[in-house]
Formats: sequence, C-alpha cells, structure tokens
Amino acid sequence: MAAPTLPAGAAFTARLGETVGLPLRAEGVGVLQLNITRRCNLACRHCHVGAGPGAGGEMSARTMDSCLETAAKYAEITTIDITGGAPEMHPGLETFLLKAAGLGKRLIVRSNLVIMLAPPFTRFMEIYARNKVEITASVPSSTAEGMDRQRGASSFEKVIRMLKRLNALGYGRAGSGLTLNLAHNPAGAFLPGPQKAIESEYRRRLGGERGAEFNSLFCITNMPIGRYLDYLRESDNLPGYMSELERAYNPEAAKKAMCRNMVSVGWDGALYDCDFNQALGLPVHGGDRITDFDPGRLARREIVVNDHCYGCTAGPGSGCQGALAV
Amino acid sequence: MPDSYYEKQDLADFPNIVEHAREQGQKFFDYYGSATAAGGLSEREKGLIALAVAMTQNCPYCIDSCTNKCLSLNISQDEMMEAVHVGAAMMAGVTLAHSTQMRKILRKKVM
Repeated sequence: MAAPTLPAGAAFTARLGETVGLPLRAEGVGVLQLNITRRCNLACRHCHVGAGPGAGGEMSARTMDSCLETAAKYAEITTIDITGGAPEMHPGLETFLLKAAGLGKRLIVRSNLVIMLAPPFTRFMEIYARNKVEITASVPSSTAEGMDRQRGASSFEKVIRMLKRLNALGYGRAGSGLTLNLAHNPAGAFLPGPQKAIESEYRRRLGGERGAEFNSLFCITNMPIGRYLDYLRESDNLPGYMSELERAYNPEAAKKAMCRNMVSVGWDGALYDCDFNQALGLPVHGGDRITDFDPGRLARREIVVNDHCYGCTAGPGSGCQGALAV
Repeated sequence: MPDSYYEKQDLADFPNIVEHAREQGQKFFDYYGSATAAGGLSEREKGLIALAVAMTQNCPYCIDSCTNKCLSLNISQDEMMEAVHVGAAMMAGVTLAHSTQMRKILRKKVM
C-alpha cells in the first residue's frame, strides 16, 4: 500500500524507476483516442470519468474536425478510438464516423450497448455496421448477478438482447468483417482473473447458454480514480486494493502500457497520455492541444505517471485492448 | 510480536517463506502454480475446489485468497456457496461415515 505521507505518484514513480527506468517515454502515436462526451445514459459505479446523464463536457464540431484532420494528415495514427460517456449521445457522432471511415484506419467505438435499445440511438447499430466500426462493448460481467449489481436491475438481459441484435447484423461472426469485442471489469474491489479464463467463461455463459457471439474479450482493471475511487473509500477497500495492485506490479506490463503508443484527446481538445490522466486533469507534458499535434514530439514524449498507473501495470497489465503481457 | 496468531497482512508475507529452506519453498510454489493452473480442469473448476478445501480446513488465509481468486474468475456468489456446501456435505459425510467404526464397536461390545 502507498504510504499516505508520500506525495501522490511517488510510490509508482519509484517502482518504475527501479524496474523499467525513468522517464517512461512514448514509442509512438498509433492510437488517437477521443473522449467526445461525458454524457451517458448510465452512471456505473466503476466509471473512472464520472460519466452520467447530467455530466457536462462535449467535444465541439470544430475540435472533432481537428481530430479528423490530424488523423488524416499523419499515417502514424493507425487507429481512431472513440469513447465517452456514451459516444452515441454526442450529436456529431454519425457525421464524424462517416468522415472517419473514409480515412481507411481502424475505427473503434466504445459502447455500453444498452444505449442503442431505444430511439433515437437504435440507428447506430446500422451506422456502425455500414462504416465497419469495431465495437468494444462494456459488458462488465457474464452473470446477471454481477452485471445487475454494477448497472442496475435487468441490465444483463438488455445486454444479451443487444448482443443478439448486433450478431444479426454480422457483428461477432466469422467472415463478416464486423468486430465485436467485449470489455470485462470486476464488479468489486478485486482484480480481474486471467483473460483467457474469463473469455472462456463469457463464451460459456453468453454464447453456449444464451446464443450471443463475440470476437474477443478484454479484461480491464478498475482504476482507483473517479467514481470507483469513491466506492473503494466508502467501502473501506482503498488500502487493500492499492496493496493488491502494488503487490501485482509487473514491469513487463509497464513496458507495454497503452500510453506508450496513444494520445488521448479531451472534449476540449487538450491532449493526455491516457483517458485516466484525462479524468484526473493531468495533461501531456507541454500542454499540447489537438490543433498543434506534433507526432515527432508526441511519439517520444515523457509520460505523466501517478499512483493510479499501478492499475495498468498489475499482473498481466491492463489497457483499452485488455491484458498487455499475456 | 502481535497478540493475535492470525493477522491479515500475514497473507502478503506468505511468498517470503522461501527466505528459509529456499529450495523446498520454491518447489512448493512451483507445484502449487502447476496444480492450480488450467489443465484438464479449468481454472474456475480448480478455484472452486480450492475454495471448498479452504473452508473445510478453516484456514483464514486460504479463505481470503480463494474467495478473491473466485471473484477474479467471475465466479458467482451462488456458485461459490454451492462449492462451500459440497465441502460441508463432504465433512458431514466423513463424520457420519466414521460412525461405522463406532457402530462396529457397539455391535461387538453391547449385550
């Protein structure tokens, strides 16, 4: 556990220095991740950005255009990854996807799925399919008990319904070219198990028992920030959780951390090393904005680290594409 | 020395038993890792077996560790409790099965 007297970030920085060396530098800018809105139809207890129906912060059309121009200009950016909040609640998402799809890059939208159950958001299923958008669906648990505890009653059944609708469009089915990945995160104060074991459990429960298909499953460790941090504090789990993260620190995961090949863009156009730093208000060194995106500088930048970085470096590691050092 | 034999932080110290008799300690951890890894049985099946054994042996360290492992493996609370009932039933069965020894003696000695 981090000694309470240490300044925030000192414990992780010291550990990183002993094992990998300082500073931790980026090695590329392959992923441009856009957090386009903090609005969400849900208010999950594990959410690190504090998204919810009343949350403010929405990317302007101008900033979205800057993101598109940047992605178009630099071949180094191979992936555009859109997150929120619920991206579907941004009024400019459809237009953005039409333009982004034309760039021929990997295009990902992170969705909670259940937003697309009711109009006006149901149309996004077709929009995603038409534009070959890869969907990473937040499906925290493979059991009704776990999912409903995290997202409220009947959430599990709603997710199953949505997965089947996406399957009917070809998502998650071999040869369709439509990718549907699931993101699992623990519903409580514990770390995720081995990704392979959890994926096989999801396949058994969602697939075998309920007939829903998907491509891959990503295990994501809950970050001790935002609403999840509040939960850890309220339930008196914070010291134990931080201890567990620190005990599980893995230098190999630190070397492969997602921040080393991505830039995260905030709703206001500010750049961050990751979505977690964005939630904490820790911008990239230099305070760059999307309008002055310099791939040469950003690809070698010093990453801003803090004690929450233990979350990405525990065990097999954790990133937006799941475990890092499997 | 603390007043209590069992302390939560003892669990974190468990890997340090290799400080003494390193070779044997390391062999134990290698064996433990191999025995609990997925094989013919999945990790979740082995996790539930370990949980049931931890309960029957009344080991607070193992109960802590195995419960967390089961949670990490996305095993539901009902499934965990079912495993505990298997352990409890086995313990009850073991106790009752041994009553046959008592009954043998009773048959022999009671007029």
